[in-house]
Amino acid sequence: MQNKHPEKLLDEKGLRVDGRRLDQLRPVRLEVGTLDKANGSAYIEQGKNKILAAVYGPREAHPKHIALPDRAVIRCRYHMAPFSVDERKSPAPSRRELELSKVIRESLEPTVLTDLYPRTTIDLFVEILQSDGGSRCAGITAASLALADAGIPMRELVAACAVGKVQGQLALDLSDIEDKQGEADLPVAYMPNSNLVTLLQMDGILTLPEFEKGLNMAIEACKTLHTMQREALKNKYSQIREVAEEKEEPEVIA
Amino acid sequence: MVVLAEPRQVVAPGELLAEGDHLLGENSYKIGNQIYSACVGLLEVDGNRVSVVPLKGGYIPHVGDIVGGRVMDIGLSGWTVDILAPYVAMLPASETEGPRGPRRRDLSEMFDVGDMVMAQVLSFDRTRDPLLTAKGPGLGKVSSGRVIQIQAAKIPRLIGRKGSMISMLKRETGCQISVGQNGIVLVWGRSPEGERVAVEAIYMIEREAHTRGLTDRIREMIAKSPRMEEEVAKQAP
Repeated sequence: MQNKHPEKLLDEKGLRVDGRRLDQLRPVRLEVGTLDKANGSAYIEQGKNKILAAVYGPREAHPKHIALPDRAVIRCRYHMAPFSVDERKSPAPSRRELELSKVIRESLEPTVLTDLYPRTTIDLFVEILQSDGGSRCAGITAASLALADAGIPMRELVAACAVGKVQGQLALDLSDIEDKQGEADLPVAYMPNSNLVTLLQMDGILTLPEFEKGLNMAIEACKTLHTMQREALKNKYSQIREVAEEKEEPEVIA
Repeated sequence: MVVLAEPRQVVAPGELLAEGDHLLGENSYKIGNQIYSACVGLLEVDGNRVSVVPLKGGYIPHVGDIVGGRVMDIGLSGWTVDILAPYVAMLPASETEGPRGPRRRDLSEMFDVGDMVMAQVLSFDRTRDPLLTAKGPGLGKVSSGRVIQIQAAKIPRLIGRKGSMISMLKRETGCQISVGQNGIVLVWGRSPEGERVAVEAIYMIEREAHTRGLTDRIREMIAKSPRMEEEVAKQAP
């Protein structure tokens, strides 16, 4: 168990509470197609974050009046499980969860080719099983994979990562303690091919040069995450291919 | 005119596929003269046309498609049919082979709620819900055989190039197979054993749709199936 109230967020060598360098991401594990019942799903572990994303649709819009005549409606629910944090969280959607649902939806809307499916909805569920700071970003990374897994046409995968400031220094991919005790937090969602930023929030205070440097750090991290997303997606399908080809081999020998 | 990825390779959304003067196929988009993939799938290059064959995804109706559906409701002049698409389909009574005119009998005598029907998409243009017709050979109420559901994205593989896969299946299992573009497949044969083998083979095609040499593997699987061997033994004497 890590110390919940460390005196310093950076040690003498400039390493962080969990031993990372300032420009280092937490270990990330991505999995595609985790759930059977959803049309598309993905699972992400980023540090101690554990997040499931599920996509249903495009499906018939219910209630009917929310449907748009020219494109699909994307609905998103970001939700934290009651056991995802230290103190039990009420399962009812909080103000914060409502906001995050909105920003996750808006960060993914530009990539989805919604005009292909008029009068339908695409429902997106981001479920935080364990939270460790930066869950909106990890949620976006997982959700865009889930959308791709559902076979929904999209321009490209969206990756997201936060940059923050701890003890006057810019640090990549803040953990929970760094987020709470640090001086600033800057979550960024990014589409690498189109070079578009689809989410940019900030709390705390950064000077203009710090902001610029931080944004670039976050974009670089998003590019790294994007490569991992691509690999995870392709991995799922090459695995099935390998299994099928293995089955074939003994027969070839015989 | 450069194709950057290898044909039949798995591509992810946003992946650069080709550069230059290519035609845009399904599931791809163009920025300037660069073509990108819009979904997970296999790259297909057909002459000058670059497209992506999706590995997953729901069914979107197209005019002319044969689909299987379940009757959800009976209206005054037709039925509403669930065709596993984001849009509910209408099957008007005038598009069935039955008695006409104002003295038409109760619609439920023809198709009742819960009945399975095979139908063809007559019209669909994104502003209106799809309209079906049940007139034609092989269309209408499904009254025997097995109905199975597979992913709509795997249907092209089940049919195969110029129908190679489906005709092999029919030949080897001795079953009749009717394929709906929306993933509903109807299998009926002389023996339940043959049907069972055919269903198993169809599920295998769904699972391994994007692998090479699938037709041969399916043929082997059917030949090796103990049930099929029994069938052959029974028929021999």
